[in-house]
Amino acid sequence: MISPHPIAALIGILIVVLSIASGLIWIERRLLALWQDRYGPNRVGPFGLFQVLADTIKLLAKEDWIPPFADKPVFIIAPAIIMVTVLMSFAVLPVAPGIIISDLSVALLFFLAMSSLGVYSIVLAGWASDNKYSLLGGLRAAAQMLSYEVFMGLSLMGIVLLAGSFSLTDIVHAQQRIWFIVPQFLGFLLFLVAGLAETRRLPFDLPEAESELVAGFHSEYSGMKFGMFFVGEYLGITLISAMITILFFGGWMGPVLPPIVWFLIKTFFFLGLFILIRASLPRPRFDQLMAWAWKLMLPLALANLLVTGAVLLAFYR
Amino acid sequence: MFSIVRTLWDVFLHSFQRRVTRQYPEQPAYLPPRWRGRIVLSRDPDGGERCVACYLCAIACPVDCIALQATEDSNGRRYPEFFRINFSRCIFCGYCEDACPTYAIQLTPDFEMSEYKRQNLVYEKEDLLISGTGKYPGYNFWRVAGVQIDGKDKGQSEREEPPTDLRQLLP
Repeated sequence: MISPHPIAALIGILIVVLSIASGLIWIERRLLALWQDRYGPNRVGPFGLFQVLADTIKLLAKEDWIPPFADKPVFIIAPAIIMVTVLMSFAVLPVAPGIIISDLSVALLFFLAMSSLGVYSIVLAGWASDNKYSLLGGLRAAAQMLSYEVFMGLSLMGIVLLAGSFSLTDIVHAQQRIWFIVPQFLGFLLFLVAGLAETRRLPFDLPEAESELVAGFHSEYSGMKFGMFFVGEYLGITLISAMITILFFGGWMGPVLPPIVWFLIKTFFFLGLFILIRASLPRPRFDQLMAWAWKLMLPLALANLLVTGAVLLAFYR
Repeated sequence: MFSIVRTLWDVFLHSFQRRVTRQYPEQPAYLPPRWRGRIVLSRDPDGGERCVACYLCAIACPVDCIALQATEDSNGRRYPEFFRINFSRCIFCGYCEDACPTYAIQLTPDFEMSEYKRQNLVYEKEDLLISGTGKYPGYNFWRVAGVQIDGKDKGQSEREEPPTDLRQLLP
C-alpha cells in the first residue's frame, strides 16, 4: 500500500528526522549537564542552540584522514551503511494518519531487518580500520547485536499476536482501546533494553567503550566520517524512541492535540529517557552483557510470548 | 532491578538542584585583595613614580621576566628609564613585591590579560604604571627616606632628626 503523498512525506520526514538527530546532540549535552548540575553548551546562539552548527563546521573543517593501513573502500563505505539502514527504517514509520512514506504490510519485519543490517556498519568499520581496538569494538558489536537482536524480535511478537498484523499502521490502530504497554509491559521492558543495546547507547556502549577501547570501532575515523557514525547513533535513538511510541504507546493517538504533536511528544519523552539512562547507569562487563541477553532476556521474551499466546488462545478465540 | 529505577529517579531529581557552574564572564569570580595577579607600578600620593630603579625586583625574579634601566632626573630622584615585564614568563610568585623597598611594584587581583599575540604580553612602563597608590595609600618613599633631593635637604624628611654636626663634640 502506498501512502497518499509519498514524496512530500519522504522529504518532510527526512528533514525532520535529520534535524532531530543532529539537534539531539545539543539536547543530550544540555540534559546531561542538567542532571550533573552543570549548564552544558549555552554560548553559541540562544541557549547554545547553534552549538550543533558550530560542531558541524568544525567537523567539516577537520582533516579527513584515512590511515594508510586501512582497507580503503570498506573504510569509506562503513559509515554510510549505518545512515542508510537507519534512514530506511524511517520509511515505514507511521508518524500520523497519512504521513508515512511506505505503508508496508511487513513493516515490523522490515524494521528488524534494517536494524540488524546496521551492525555491518560497525563490524566493517572495526575490520577496515586494521587496528586492534577497532577490531575488538567490531567483535563486541557483532556479538552484542546478534544476541540482543534475537529477543528484540521475540519481545515484539506479543504485539504482533495482539494486533494480528505486522503492519505498523495496523498496530497503532489496534491500540485504539488500550495502549499495548498495559498488556505487554514485559515486552516493553525487553524492547527498551534491546533498543538500548541496538543503538549501542550507554550502558550498552561496549563497542565504543571509551575507557577501554579508545573509541572502539570508530577510533580511526575523523572528520565527517566520524560525524556519520555520530549522527547515525542519534538517528538510531530517534528510531527506537519512535518505535517504542508506535508499538507500545499508541503512536499518534491522543486527545485534543493534533496526531503529529502527540507523536512528537511521546517520541521526545523516550529520547529524554534514553539520555536519563545514559546519565545514570554504568556500563556492564562484557560477559555480564552476554549472560543477561541469553540467560535472562531470552527466556523472559519466550515466556512473554508463550503467556500472551496462551491468554489469546484461551479467551479471545 | 529496583536499584536501577532508584538510580534513574535520583539522577532525575538533579533537574531541580542548583547548578554549580559559575557563568564566569557574566558573574566574575571573587578575587581576594591579596590575589597575586597582574603586576602594576604604583605612584606616590603626590603623583610621582615610586620606583627608584634599585633592581631588587629584577634580581628577586626567579624567571628573569623583569628588565629595567635606572636613571636620574633633574631633581636627583632615581627612576627607571624603561621598565619591562614579560608576562609570558611571569609566574606571579610575588617575590618582586616582597623585594621592593618602596612599595612600588605590586600584584593586583586581576588575571584577565589574554592576548592573541605573544608579543603583546610584554608590558612596558606605560602599561604598568597606574595613577594611584595601590595597596599602600599613605606611603611616600621620598618623604620618609633620608635621601637628599631637590626641594628636600638632609634632615627634612618626616620623623627625621636634623643631621649630626660631625665637627661638634657635644651631643
